[in-house]
Amino acid sequence: MTTVYVPRDTTALALEADAVAERLQTGAAHRGQPVDLVRNGSRGLFWLEPLVEVDTPDGRMAYGPVTPDDVPGLLDAGMLGGQPDHPLCQGLTESIPYLRDQQRLTFARTGVIDPVSLEDYRASGGWQGLEAALAMAPEAIVDAVTESGLRGRGGAAFPAGTKWRTVLEADPERPGSHWSGQKFIACNADEGDAGTFADRMLMEGDPYCLIEGMVIAGLAVGATRGFIYLRSEYPNAAGILNEALQRAESAGYLGESVCGSGRAFHLSVRLGAGAYICGEETSMLDSLEGKRGMVRVKPPLPAHRGLFGQPTVINNVLTLASVPFILREGARSYADYGMGRSRGTQPFQLAGNIARGGLVELAFGVTLRTLLEDFGGGTASGARMRAVQVGGPLGSYLPESHWDEPMDYEGFSEVGGMIGHGGIVVFDESVDMAAQARFAMHFCEDESCGKCTPCRIGAVRGVEVIDRIIANQERDTNLTLLDDLCETMEQGSLCAMGGMTPNPVRSALQHFPEDFQRPAPTAHAGGG
Amino acid sequence: MTDLEAITRRAIDDWVDEPGALLPILHAIQDQLGYIPPSSVPRIARALNMTRADVHGVMSFYHEFRSEPAGRHVLQICGAEACQARGCRELEAHTQQRLGVGYHQTTLDGDITLEQVYCLGNCATGPSVRLDDRIIGRVTPQRMDRLLDGIATVPLTIQPAGGEG
Repeated sequence: MTTVYVPRDTTALALEADAVAERLQTGAAHRGQPVDLVRNGSRGLFWLEPLVEVDTPDGRMAYGPVTPDDVPGLLDAGMLGGQPDHPLCQGLTESIPYLRDQQRLTFARTGVIDPVSLEDYRASGGWQGLEAALAMAPEAIVDAVTESGLRGRGGAAFPAGTKWRTVLEADPERPGSHWSGQKFIACNADEGDAGTFADRMLMEGDPYCLIEGMVIAGLAVGATRGFIYLRSEYPNAAGILNEALQRAESAGYLGESVCGSGRAFHLSVRLGAGAYICGEETSMLDSLEGKRGMVRVKPPLPAHRGLFGQPTVINNVLTLASVPFILREGARSYADYGMGRSRGTQPFQLAGNIARGGLVELAFGVTLRTLLEDFGGGTASGARMRAVQVGGPLGSYLPESHWDEPMDYEGFSEVGGMIGHGGIVVFDESVDMAAQARFAMHFCEDESCGKCTPCRIGAVRGVEVIDRIIANQERDTNLTLLDDLCETMEQGSLCAMGGMTPNPVRSALQHFPEDFQRPAPTAHAGGG
Repeated sequence: MTDLEAITRRAIDDWVDEPGALLPILHAIQDQLGYIPPSSVPRIARALNMTRADVHGVMSFYHEFRSEPAGRHVLQICGAEACQARGCRELEAHTQQRLGVGYHQTTLDGDITLEQVYCLGNCATGPSVRLDDRIIGRVTPQRMDRLLDGIATVPLTIQPAGGEG
C-alpha cells in the first residue's frame, strides 16, 4: 500500500488539510488503490500547505498547495505512483531548494514522521540523547550543554548550560515548605510573539523531541517534575502534546522510573489563558502557580527560587528541543554551527506579507536579505518590501538599509535589531508606520501586567502622544514628550514588556519619519 | 444539584490536589459551560483556601476567561503584526459591520461572540481567525462572509395559515 502524508499541523489544517485527507482517502479507495495515510507535522514550507507527500522508491514526492478540489485531478494524474505530471508537483520534497538549503538540526524530524508514533521517533534517532544522558553524571550533562554553546531560544539568549549549572548547584531544601527538596523544569511554550510559530510547529510535529529534552534537563539538574506552559491559542498543539505525553508515559519514558533507571520524571501540560505577559518567565511562574501573571522582581533568580519557591530551570521549547541532538551527537557537533558567541542553529520564521512564508533553520550568521529574498521570495502582494519587524512585537522595525548584517545575537543587536525568538514579519509599502508605532503602545496597554507604572500608564499615554503627533498637534513638543516617555519606560520597567515596547516605536520614528508627517485628516485639523 | 454546580464541583475535585490548580479549574468549567458563572467563585475560593477577590482577580486578569455566557460560537480575529501585514484591519472592520457588533460583544441572535486575539501561530498564511477550536488561514472578507453564512442561524419564516391577514 502506498504511504501518503497529509500534515496535521495548524497551518495545514487552517488551509483545509483535513478535507484534503478525506478526499484523498475516499478517492483512492474508490479507484481501488487504498492508501496508508499518515498525518505528519509540517515541513514548514507553509506557502505549499497543505503539502501532500507520496512515498516513492526515490524518496517522498511533494504536491502542494493542494485544495480539496485538486484531489481528483491529482489522483487522475497518477499522484499515488509519484507521477510528476501535474502543475502542483514540486518534485522530491528533499530537493525543494527552500528545504534543501536549510541546516535542520532541531527540526530534522518535524514533518517527516508521524508526530505521536513512538516507533517513528525511535527509528529516527529518538531517545538516543536520553540514553546517553542516563549513563552520564549530572555534571557531565550540564557540561555537554555548556560546551555546545546553546543559548536560550526564547529571546533572551542566556547560556543554557550556565542556567542548568545554577539549578544543579542550588539547594532545594526549604524547611517547612510543602515543596522542600523539589526542583522543577518549566518549559515556556507561551509563544506569543506575532510572526513566530516554531514552538508550535515542533510541538505539533515532533513532541517527543521536547519531552526527551525535558527529561534530560531533569536528569541534569535533579528535577523530578516538569511543566509545559502552553498558550491556550494552540488547541491543536495541546491535543498532540497530551497524546504524546500519555504514550511516552505508558512506554516508560516518563514516570517514577525513566527507562527503568529508577530516576523519576513527571511531566504535564498546563494551559495559559490569553495573556502575552505570561511568556515572560517570572509571570509564567506565577501563572503556573494559579495566580495572575505578574512579573517578579529578580533576584532571586528562578534558578534559585522559581516555581513554588523552588530551584527551577525555565527554558523555551526550542532550547529544550535542541538538547537531544547535543547529547546524541555531542556538544561539538552542535557548536560547529554558528558564528561568534552564537552557536548552533536558529529556526527563523518568515511571516506576514511574504511570498514563501515558513520555517528556515540555519546556522547563525545568515543575513536578513538572504532570508527575505532567497528563501522568502519577496512579498506575497508583489509590492515592494518596506519594513521588517524582527524578534516579535518588542523588536525594531528595520528598513532595507539594515538587511545585510549577519544575524547573530551580538552583531545584530549592534544595528539595533534583536533576534529574539526568530520571528520575521514583513510589511510591504502599503504599511503605515505611524499606525504600527501606535499599535506597539496599544499592545503594551492591553498586555501589561500592571506592576510597573511606566509600562501600565506609559503605554496609555504613549498611544495618546502618538495620536497627537499624527494629528500634527504641537508636533515638536509631543515628539520630545514621546522620547522622554520611551526613556522612562525603558529605565523604569522590570521586564521587557515595558522596557522594550519603545523599540518598535523609536525605530518606526527613526527610519520612517515621513509616515508621521502625513497631512492630518481635515476633520481633526485645528483640533489642538 | 444543578448542572452548573455539578460541573463546578467536578472541576474542583479533579484538580484540587494538583499544584497551581486555579487555572485548570477555571478552564475545566469554561470548557463545559462556555463561561465561569459568578456563583462558582465562592466554591472555588473555599476549595483552594483563597479569597473570592483572589479568584476574581485571576479571572479578570486573563483575556480568555469570561463570567457571562458567550454566543453559540466564539469567533476570534487575530490582530497581531503578521496578520496586520496581510490586511486584518480591513477584515476586522468588515466582520464587525457585517455582524453589527464590536469586540467582546455577542450578536443579537446569540450566534457569535466576537473577540480579538493576539496571534494564533499561523503567521505565514494570515489573516487568521479562530472559530471555536478551528483555526482558519488567508481569511479575506469574502471568505469571512462564507464562513459566517455557514454558521448563521437560518431565520424561520412562518407562513400565514390562510389567505391574507
